[in-house]
Amino acid sequence: MRLIETRNLNLRLGGNLVLEGVNLSIERGEIVTIVGPNGSGKSSLLRAIVGALAPTSGSIIRAPGLRIGYVPQKLHIDPTLPLTVTRFLGLPRRHPAKDLRAALEQAGLPDLRDHQMADLSGGQFQRVLLARALMEKPDLLILDEATQGLDQPGSAAFYRRIEEVRQSLDCAVLMVSHELHVVMSASDRVICLNGHICCEGRPEIVAQAEEYRAIFGTGTQGALALYRHEHNHDHDHDHSADCNHEHPHEAAE
Amino acid sequence: MILLDDFMVRAALAGLGVALAAAPLGCFVVWRRMAYFGDATAHAAILGVALALAFSTSIFIGALAVSLAMAMTVSGLSGRGFAMDTLLGVLAHSALAFGLVAVSFLSGVRIDLMAYLFGDILAVSAGDLAVIWGGAVLVLGLLAWRWQALLTATLNPDLAYAGGINPRREQLVLTLALALVVAVAIKVVGVLLIAAMLIVPAAAARPLSATPERMAAFAMLIGAIAALGGLGASFRLDTPTGPTIVCLAALVFAVTSIGGSLASRRSGRAAR
Repeated sequence: MRLIETRNLNLRLGGNLVLEGVNLSIERGEIVTIVGPNGSGKSSLLRAIVGALAPTSGSIIRAPGLRIGYVPQKLHIDPTLPLTVTRFLGLPRRHPAKDLRAALEQAGLPDLRDHQMADLSGGQFQRVLLARALMEKPDLLILDEATQGLDQPGSAAFYRRIEEVRQSLDCAVLMVSHELHVVMSASDRVICLNGHICCEGRPEIVAQAEEYRAIFGTGTQGALALYRHEHNHDHDHDHSADCNHEHPHEAAE
Repeated sequence: MILLDDFMVRAALAGLGVALAAAPLGCFVVWRRMAYFGDATAHAAILGVALALAFSTSIFIGALAVSLAMAMTVSGLSGRGFAMDTLLGVLAHSALAFGLVAVSFLSGVRIDLMAYLFGDILAVSAGDLAVIWGGAVLVLGLLAWRWQALLTATLNPDLAYAGGINPRREQLVLTLALALVVAVAIKVVGVLLIAAMLIVPAAAARPLSATPERMAAFAMLIGAIAALGGLGASFRLDTPTGPTIVCLAALVFAVTSIGGSLASRRSGRAAR
C-alpha cells in the first residue's frame, strides 16, 4: 500500500532550488533512509512531506487519512512555556492517562511523567519526542536526524526501538541520518539525495553506486570508511548492536 | 440591574472581564515572544479612537478595526525575514504618534485624551460592560476552542503541520483575539497599559506553573486580583485606576519571581 508519493517535486527556498524533480514513494512497512551531504535538501524534503513547506511545483500525494508521526531534528522549547512530559505527549491531541503511562513505559521513561521537558537529558528528550510521535499510531513515522547528540549505544538502542515500532505498528519509517553504518544495516531502502535523487535502492546496491561514492567518497571519507568496515563485518555488527542495546537501559534504571 | 447602577460595581466587572480575557491570551503572547506585537496592536488603537471620533462611529468599532489592521500587518510581515524587533518597535511607537497627531486635528471635539491613554474605568457604562463582557467571552471561547492547536503551533510549527494543524490559521486566531482584547480594554486600562495586562499576569504565573493550562489559570487569577485590588487601592489612595491595576500585577510578578528563584535554588541544593 502506497502511503505517500511525490511527483516531480520542485522546491525553491529563498531563490535557491533546493529540491529538483524528486520522485519517491513510500510503501507501508518499509524503512527508507535519506542520505546526502549537508545542504542537499534532506530536511527540506521531510518538511515538504510533513506539509510544512509547500512545493514550488510538482505534487505530494498522501493516502487518504494518512497519519504522520514527526520527530524533528531539534525542538526548542521556550523557557516561558511550562511543559511536563505527560502534557507534551498530549499534543496535538489529548490521550487517556493510561495510554500516556503505557507510552512512557515503552519508551523506558516511566518515572519522568511529571518532569519538565526542559530538565530532560538529550537521550531522554529524544525518546520523549519519539514517544509523542507514536501516540497517534502513525502510518508514516518521519525522523529527521533523530539520533543527533546521542552516543553510539544510545543511537543503537534508538534504531532498535524504531525497528520494534515498525513491527508493532506496521508503519513505514522515513528518516534522515548521517550514521551510514547504522543506516546501511537498518534500512530496506536508501535514497541518496543531493538536490535531486542521485540513486536509490537496497542499501548494498546504493553503496556500490558511482553517484553515492562520488558524494560520500569525497565529501565524508570517514563515513564511507566506517561503512566499508561495517560491511565487511556484517555479523559482528548485528552482535554489537545487541550488546549496545543493554547499556542505556541499565543506566536508566 | 439595580446593582449595575453603582459605578464601582460596573468598574469591578469591567476590570474583571478584561483581566480574565487578557490573561490566557497574554500567556500566548509571552510563549510566542510577541510582547512588542501586543504593544503595536494596542498603540494603533489610539488612531482608531481618533478615526471613530472623526467619523462619529463607536469607539469600540474604530479601535477594533485599526487594531485588527495593525495586527494583521504585523502578523503578515512576521516570518518573512524582516528584523522583527526593530520593525515592531517602529510600528508600535509610530502608530501611537500618528494616533496622537490625528486626535489633535479633531477641532471642535473636546476629548479627554488621558481617558484613552490610561483608561477611565470609573466611567464605564452598562453598555460598555456589555461590550467588554461580550468581547471577553468571545476571546475566551476562541482560545478554548483552539487551545490544543494553538499550543501545538506555539510549541513548533512543523509539529503542528505534521498533526494536520495549519499554524498560520492559529496565528490568525491569536491576531483576532488580540485585536478584540485591545478594543475592549481601552476603557479599562487605556492603550498604553493594555500590553501590561496581557504580559504581567502571565509572567507572574510562570514560576507557579508546571503546565500551560495551570499557567493560564494562575494568570487569570492574578489578573483578577490585580483588577479588583487595583480598583480598591485606587479608590482609597485616589490614584489613577488603570496604572494602579498594573502596579498591583507587577508587585505580584515581583513576589512570584523572587519566590520562584528561591524555590529553584533550594531544590537545586537538595538535588546536590
